[in-house]
Amino acid sequence: MRNPVSDKITNLPPSGIRKFFDIVSEMKDAISLGVGEPDFDTPWHIREEGIYSLERGRTFYTSNAGLKELREEICSYLCRKYQVSYTPDSEIIVTVGGSEAIDLTLRAMLNPGDEVLIPQPSFVSYVPCTVLANGVPVIIELLEKDNFRLTKEQVLEKITPKTKILVLPFPNNPTGAIMEKKDLEEIAKVVIEKDLFVMTDEIYSELTYKGEHVSIASLPGMKERTILINGFSKSYAMTGWRLGYAAAPREIMQQMIKIHQFAIMSAPTTSQYAAIEALKNGDEDVARMKESYNQRRRYLLHAFSEMGVDCYEPLGAFYVFPNIARFGMTSDEFAERLLKEEKVAVVPGTAFGDCGEGFLRVSYAYSLDNLKLALDKIEKFIKRLDEKV
Amino acid sequence: MREKILGIIEKNSRIDLKDLAILLGEDEITIANEIAAMEKERVICGYHTLINWDNTTDEKVVALIEVKVTPQRGMGFDKIAERIYNYSEVEAFYLMSGAFDFTVILEGKTMREVAQFVSDKLAPMDAVLSTATHFVLKKYKDHGTILVHTVQDERMPITP
Repeated sequence: MRNPVSDKITNLPPSGIRKFFDIVSEMKDAISLGVGEPDFDTPWHIREEGIYSLERGRTFYTSNAGLKELREEICSYLCRKYQVSYTPDSEIIVTVGGSEAIDLTLRAMLNPGDEVLIPQPSFVSYVPCTVLANGVPVIIELLEKDNFRLTKEQVLEKITPKTKILVLPFPNNPTGAIMEKKDLEEIAKVVIEKDLFVMTDEIYSELTYKGEHVSIASLPGMKERTILINGFSKSYAMTGWRLGYAAAPREIMQQMIKIHQFAIMSAPTTSQYAAIEALKNGDEDVARMKESYNQRRRYLLHAFSEMGVDCYEPLGAFYVFPNIARFGMTSDEFAERLLKEEKVAVVPGTAFGDCGEGFLRVSYAYSLDNLKLALDKIEKFIKRLDEKV
Repeated sequence: MREKILGIIEKNSRIDLKDLAILLGEDEITIANEIAAMEKERVICGYHTLINWDNTTDEKVVALIEVKVTPQRGMGFDKIAERIYNYSEVEAFYLMSGAFDFTVILEGKTMREVAQFVSDKLAPMDAVLSTATHFVLKKYKDHGTILVHTVQDERMPITP
């Protein structure tokens, strides 16, 4: 029989998180600090709107780009929050999560051999989506000494004549790093000078704990070079609804919509109706959840510092990224031993790129009681390690 | 900062002072002083426990009574209110807008006890014009907490 599967896909390594997921799933009583989604339920008024749309029989496809009312709300949100103005008719697409928007962007923009600058540690899908779109991923290693922010020099160092897109994954999963306006201005200069495009993944934009998030699209001369990706999963605790969006210049958007049209048709209708409600009346929920994350962020940072584990202060998302290099183990070994010996699951930094070596991703999207329980066990584990050294 | 302290202890009054300070990024003394001040100013009026009596063997009856009264000259509603809320059976007591004047939340051991309170104590008061007693059949949610089921974490243990 002929080889039934594609060589390209076969050569694509599976998500680094997958292996760890399998181990954790085997263990029934493990306490996990390993999730990448909010611990809150979707606020009831948003769920209610989804239910109501079903009751009204709104169970049909929507237009490819998404419900017009939703696109309008997205535009008014982006304008109100981040001072970027988009046209609902031609510059917005509603997607199946931010993930689809990443895939669409890369597929719509890359020609074979085009290079994509991907700062790591970062979300797991930028590299494979680039490869699937026949692009060439070029990794930029973010450093703890820079608070895992991207610098102009790092970008300049990796630019070649083939470089087309710079991925900007901030606020960052897994490091919790953010980029402030002054940082973005430096990057924007390079992008304009070198005629690049930016795919900015701002899915955690509502979760910053120092000032308000700034979108690179709002900087002068950047909107026409930016594909802005955001969604409802993290800000409104709507991961399972699978709803995100992209905002981009018309020329790029037209091509993105084509792919979406053939591959997806339209994002889930129920989710779209719920999302309208989220954007219209969800500000208070977002503020409430953010305050709660911030409290737990402080708690976790304090706990790690008490244990004598180095951890830079992350200012976004809902992760801390402690440095465990001093224990003389790889991230994988550390995470596996922690799981086996204390039944606490965290994600090795290497799941988000090789340069995550020496770090762990610890999520604080958990109740305080749960965090305490897990931290007690981590402390025990570390004490044992310290005694041996 | 007061609002933030209250936001946390409203849901969990048993939280350690130390934890509270870490969560809010303040030092313990500041938090302790602020709480003491709020107690003194009667912003914080007590630290109660939310009990679902339905899950105990204790029998309890809760009733909500709508009361219409004639306010007294020069005293408004406050004088008559005082005469009602001082009864230890009265769990909560509010002045209302709308079709009636007071809401009395009453706790008793039996329906008979509640009925007796209404007919012997409340209804005969000079200022009371009428009462309407409603018994609580089932408590689904109280003080922002759902009583009928516990929330389970249904997320997968590891996600990207």
